[in-house]
Amino acid sequence: MKFAIQINEGPYQHQASDSAYLFTRTALEKGHEIFRVFFYHDGVGNGTRLTTPPQDDRHIVNRWAELAEKYGLDLVVCVAAAQRRGLVDDGEAERNGKDATNIHPKFRISGLGQLIEAAVQSDRLVVFGD
Amino acid sequence: MSEEIKNFLYLNRRAPYGTIYAWESLEVVLIGAAFDQKVSLAFVDDGVFQIVKGQKTEQIGMKNFSPTYSALGDYDVNQLYVERESLEERGLTVDDLMHLTWEDEDEDWAEKDSIRVVSRAEMAEIITQQDVVFSF
Amino acid sequence: MSDLHTINKSPFEKSSFDSCMEHVLEGSAVLLYEDGVYAALKGTAAEGKVKSVQGVKVYALGPDLNARGLQEERVIDGVEIVDYAGFVDLAAKHDKVVAWV
Repeated sequence: MKFAIQINEGPYQHQASDSAYLFTRTALEKGHEIFRVFFYHDGVGNGTRLTTPPQDDRHIVNRWAELAEKYGLDLVVCVAAAQRRGLVDDGEAERNGKDATNIHPKFRISGLGQLIEAAVQSDRLVVFGD
Repeated sequence: MSEEIKNFLYLNRRAPYGTIYAWESLEVVLIGAAFDQKVSLAFVDDGVFQIVKGQKTEQIGMKNFSPTYSALGDYDVNQLYVERESLEERGLTVDDLMHLTWEDEDEDWAEKDSIRVVSRAEMAEIITQQDVVFSF
Repeated sequence: MSDLHTINKSPFEKSSFDSCMEHVLEGSAVLLYEDGVYAALKGTAAEGKVKSVQGVKVYALGPDLNARGLQEERVIDGVEIVDYAGFVDLAAKHDKVVAWV
């Protein structure tokens, strides 16, 4: 079965990203397909490579990135939500004259159409939020 | 890939301004309107506060996004279900809501109401009839 | 359709649980996870609603119960405890997932 995952909250503040990660990993281990993981609202904060949690805590960003590496996951951060919250890739930095980027290389920034497409193409949309 | 048309429901249960959910949800609706899906919006619980008329945000320094709801009809988003019990619990009637309309191309552009007030039982049926429910 | 409704908020803090329980139809299922698992406990103000909902199977996510120190014997009889594999199975088995965030 093909799942689309939507995450509405950032890392650490809410459990949403943790729950979504465990759901996604388990679905993949069971042989399901994850069409896309879409990060919206404060959920875009899951995609910053600058995240530095204490050593004895889970690294939520890297955990997503490792799952993406292993399974070829498509991790998409909403561009409009990302712009508001200062999450930047090379293209956005150039377009908006920013002097730095902070998106993790395993994530990509794209439009809201990617969420709609994921919902159209998948058998199930599962939303994790606050 | 599949060309089937799905029934999309945006389930709005949050009030505006205190959090950004209502506004960013509306942005998804506008983008989603470009896709050929059958779209409805549900206003349940505090979500009914999103479409209360007379919103003025100057004094809180935030953008008043309520006029965007009036534009939904132009995007062929014209099925707005508002739950009667949610209104009543909050001391509201349909007269407290914005008058949202759309023009029906098939009936010589007749102006029609987009808002339909439904009971909680009807809302439960509306939810279960959908293919996809977006929650924000 | 037979839907899976998910609740991740405490019934004592937010309206998600109450609202979901008033909209869930016979033949559908409810999964309590994250702080939603507090609605699965015996002897709470939420217990009556969990027990009285007709023809709706209620599940609670074991990992979230365990994390919160909630032993199985405190869970309302008839509420089935599932792990993440069970969560995935429930999402796949039902026609769609409705999140009461």
